[in-house]
Amino acid sequence: MTAPFLQVKDLQVSFPTDDGLVRSVNDVSFGVARGETLGIVGESGSGKSVTSLAIMGLLKGAKRSGEIWLDGISLLDASSEEVRKLRGRKMAMIFQDPLSAMHPFYSVGQQIIEAYRIHHRVTKAVARKHAIDMLNRVGIPRPDKRVDDYPHQFSGGMRQRAMIAMALSCDPELLIADEPTTALDVTVQAQILDLIRDLQRDFNTAVILITHDLGVVSELSDNILVMYAGRAAEYASAEDLFTAPEHPYTWGLLGSMPRLDAEPTDRLLQIKGTPPSMINVPAGCAFHPRCPYADLASRTLVPPLTEVAPGHRVACHIPVEERRRIWQHDIRPAVEGGR
Amino acid sequence: MAGFVIRRALGAVLLLVVTSMVTFAIFFVVPRLAGQTVDQLAAQYVGKDPSQAEIEATKVKLGLDQPITVQYGRFVKGIVAGREYSFGPSTEYCPPPCFGYSFKTQRPVWPDLVDRMEVTASLAFGASVLWLLAGVSIGVLSALRKGSFFDRAAMITALAGVSLPIFFTGLLSLALFLPTGVSYVSITDDPLAWAKNLLLPWITLAFLYAALYARLTRAGMLETMGEDYIRTARAKGLPERIVVTRHALRATLTPILTVFGLDIGLLLGGAVLTESTFSLPGIGRYAIDAINNNDLPQVLGVTMLAAFFIVVANLIVDLLYAVADPRVRLS
Ligand SMILES: Nc1ncnc2c1ncn2[C@@H]1O[C@H](COP(=O)(O)OP(=O)(O)OP(=O)(O)O)[C@@H](O)[C@H]1O
Ligand code: SF4
Ligand SMILES: [Mg+2]
Repeated sequence: MTAPFLQVKDLQVSFPTDDGLVRSVNDVSFGVARGETLGIVGESGSGKSVTSLAIMGLLKGAKRSGEIWLDGISLLDASSEEVRKLRGRKMAMIFQDPLSAMHPFYSVGQQIIEAYRIHHRVTKAVARKHAIDMLNRVGIPRPDKRVDDYPHQFSGGMRQRAMIAMALSCDPELLIADEPTTALDVTVQAQILDLIRDLQRDFNTAVILITHDLGVVSELSDNILVMYAGRAAEYASAEDLFTAPEHPYTWGLLGSMPRLDAEPTDRLLQIKGTPPSMINVPAGCAFHPRCPYADLASRTLVPPLTEVAPGHRVACHIPVEERRRIWQHDIRPAVEGGR
Repeated sequence: MAGFVIRRALGAVLLLVVTSMVTFAIFFVVPRLAGQTVDQLAAQYVGKDPSQAEIEATKVKLGLDQPITVQYGRFVKGIVAGREYSFGPSTEYCPPPCFGYSFKTQRPVWPDLVDRMEVTASLAFGASVLWLLAGVSIGVLSALRKGSFFDRAAMITALAGVSLPIFFTGLLSLALFLPTGVSYVSITDDPLAWAKNLLLPWITLAFLYAALYARLTRAGMLETMGEDYIRTARAKGLPERIVVTRHALRATLTPILTVFGLDIGLLLGGAVLTESTFSLPGIGRYAIDAINNNDLPQVLGVTMLAAFFIVVANLIVDLLYAVADPRVRLS
């Protein structure tokens, strides 16, 4: 079997700060093939953005270790100039807030043209035509007019479309979307997600879709990585994750997905408390202060990420049989009863 | 955009009108409210030890015996269209902008101000080029190398620059480099001598402002470099050089150019300290002398001129800002 297009192995990212070393990402591994989507899910501060920025080489003052392979190139060994040339052309990224992510002083067209012309030796006129094509492609009406508009003249959804047009202008093979819909209202969210899926099909792009909402990734993802406090809690195919999840944190996320009835969620399913501070990560399993199943081992030992089925990995001390029993008897009825 | 320009221009005109009212009030109304009699007021426009006859003549000449509104009307008319003063039997026409006649020289104020303007403008523009180049480049380098030796050295120097008074740095530099002092030579007479003589005043004045601008630029760059759109620029694969110039510097410079325009406007009204320190016959020196001689028409002229420059600088800055920032232009 050949390695997937993007392969991340034992990635660690830490920031030296005044309060000590912040280990934002610990031993995270995953792979994404062309045409495939990986969803990364987790609460605020779980290390989703840091992981993606580490791939893009956009972290300042961070220490990265482990391996990141993009189409056979080791990104951690490549020079910063080599990585720069890959950015935009081979890997691109879209961000949560398209208003602040676009330069306020340049028109949308200028920004797309700039992105295109760094990697292609073409005249401004050719690049402009390309920019209009891209705007058309992402569903912006009258693209030949809107190309000269400034970001603040676009609506939120249109801005994110323009951002996507800019990111895809050089036909990148990897697209990282960091919470692309969080700043948008629900109907627009769905449109943007549809757009990403359609474009992915057309371009056969590898996509990493980051969100804190399992519902967003459920339809689009082939695989899902659930992160907690900088570590992988569970990593599985989307199907396994929704039909046979084994990590108590994943159960909590499933339980907190929007429900059809208004009944309060089962007590077991609610994730109590708040995410840990990355400066004072709880010992053992970082989730233990909030986990209803925590035991002595949880408080002292970091649970290893172990394969419980082909392609399905879980980091939890509860024995596999016991986890499956809890899922079948306690969690699943509650989760599914709520739908 | 056209509407925007017209709105701002009208605003500036209005501001000038208000300025003229305030200036008029300060010179002609407030003293009366403070209890001065018309005679006392008129006496100030005659010179030292006036006789009663002179006072009476001045009252008529300046129209101080007229109602305030008429006086203000004449004041404004003098500025925009010129006015006539009657000296006993003869009348004399004071061409616009007329601020009256100096007590001391008996000449109209305006032509003297124009003469002085060349000195002040030479000083302001030369210094501003220096400080803009030095301040912005030092600020950018400091921000990019935050915490480095260069950054610390530059910021300590900048702190000295903003805290040392001009007359100190000016006199020190004169003593060190040009003990004979400077004498102004007009640029039209001898450009080389013009620049040679102004070099020291330029550097002295620029040192103060460069320090200010270096700090402004550094702070602005540090803030801008943390913006999301800088991350986007890098994510596109732009070389760092372009990220810094086209993206970060462009956003940082816009507010700095605003400050720059206002500083120039302020300086054109007279670089009082620099001109005094280097004995340059500019607007600032003129103002000081006018105040020392209690030459009210001169003081009034300088005041209106300085206000004019500030209002115009404000207008230009507003318009430039709209050109630079589409969010202003299109809202
Ligand atoms: N430059 C930095 N210096 C120090 N710590 C950092 C830095 N960047 C991120 N971190 C820390 O790394 C942790 C992970 O941050 P990250 O932005 O990846 O979270 P996230 O999962 O994307 O959260 P969100 O859903 O809020 O976007 C956080 O605790 C954050 O404080
Ligand atoms: S290891 Fe313990 S605390 Fe962590 S998820 Fe499993 S049961 Fe809960
Ligand atoms: Mg994030």
